[in-house]
Amino acid sequence: MTAGAIAANFDTARPTVSKHLSILTECELLQQEQNGREIFYHLNAKNMKEIADFIEPFRQLWDDRFNKLEAIMKNYKPKN
Amino acid sequence: MERKTQVTAAEGRQDLTITRTFDLPLELLFKAYEDPEIVAQWMGTKVLKLENRKHGGYQFETYDPKGNIAFKANGSIHEFVTNEKITRTFEMENSAFGVTLEFLEFESLTADTSKLTMHVIYRSAAHRDENLKLPFDYGVNMAHNRLQEILNPLK
Repeated sequence: MTAGAIAANFDTARPTVSKHLSILTECELLQQEQNGREIFYHLNAKNMKEIADFIEPFRQLWDDRFNKLEAIMKNYKPKN
Repeated sequence: MERKTQVTAAEGRQDLTITRTFDLPLELLFKAYEDPEIVAQWMGTKVLKLENRKHGGYQFETYDPKGNIAFKANGSIHEFVTNEKITRTFEMENSAFGVTLEFLEFESLTADTSKLTMHVIYRSAAHRDENLKLPFDYGVNMAHNRLQEILNPLK
């Protein structure tokens, strides 16, 4: 996608979107490809996955905990 | 399918947000945070103290399967509004991520579903990342213990 096409999806000002894109490119989460006068941005799926993998065990831990909470409360009978 | 538990942790920030939707009415979800016996069950911890009020405190002690203390946690309660919110600090003793400030917000979605939003603030981005790494270390420890169990009989 071009920067313009990406920016069209957000209410944020175009320069702000450009700034985000350049940071994401710098972090190697996006790749730039020059095509004539335009620059196309591609997702770097491998690096995106690394970030997701970093958070995933933490998310899993909370998910397990909350599943337990849910199961316990589904069987909860108020004490009278 | 949308995941029921989501974690948002933007790069370089000293906070993170955990959201979870529950197939439970708001009152039951909140009770799971209010009643010490129920907290003990789902957290898998011993609740030594849980004072649900402004300036109250809480203290948990968690044991490993052998009955040794695995970790101790404690904190102060800053705000406690039934079925609405809890603002508190949290500290896992001897942990690398230090003391955190937690904003827990409870909301009703429908008569039978509810949502919890936990906004956790750390001392620094580095402290936050230590907490995110914790389950990795835990996983590695578990693997080591298991390995030891398997290897012990071979000694």
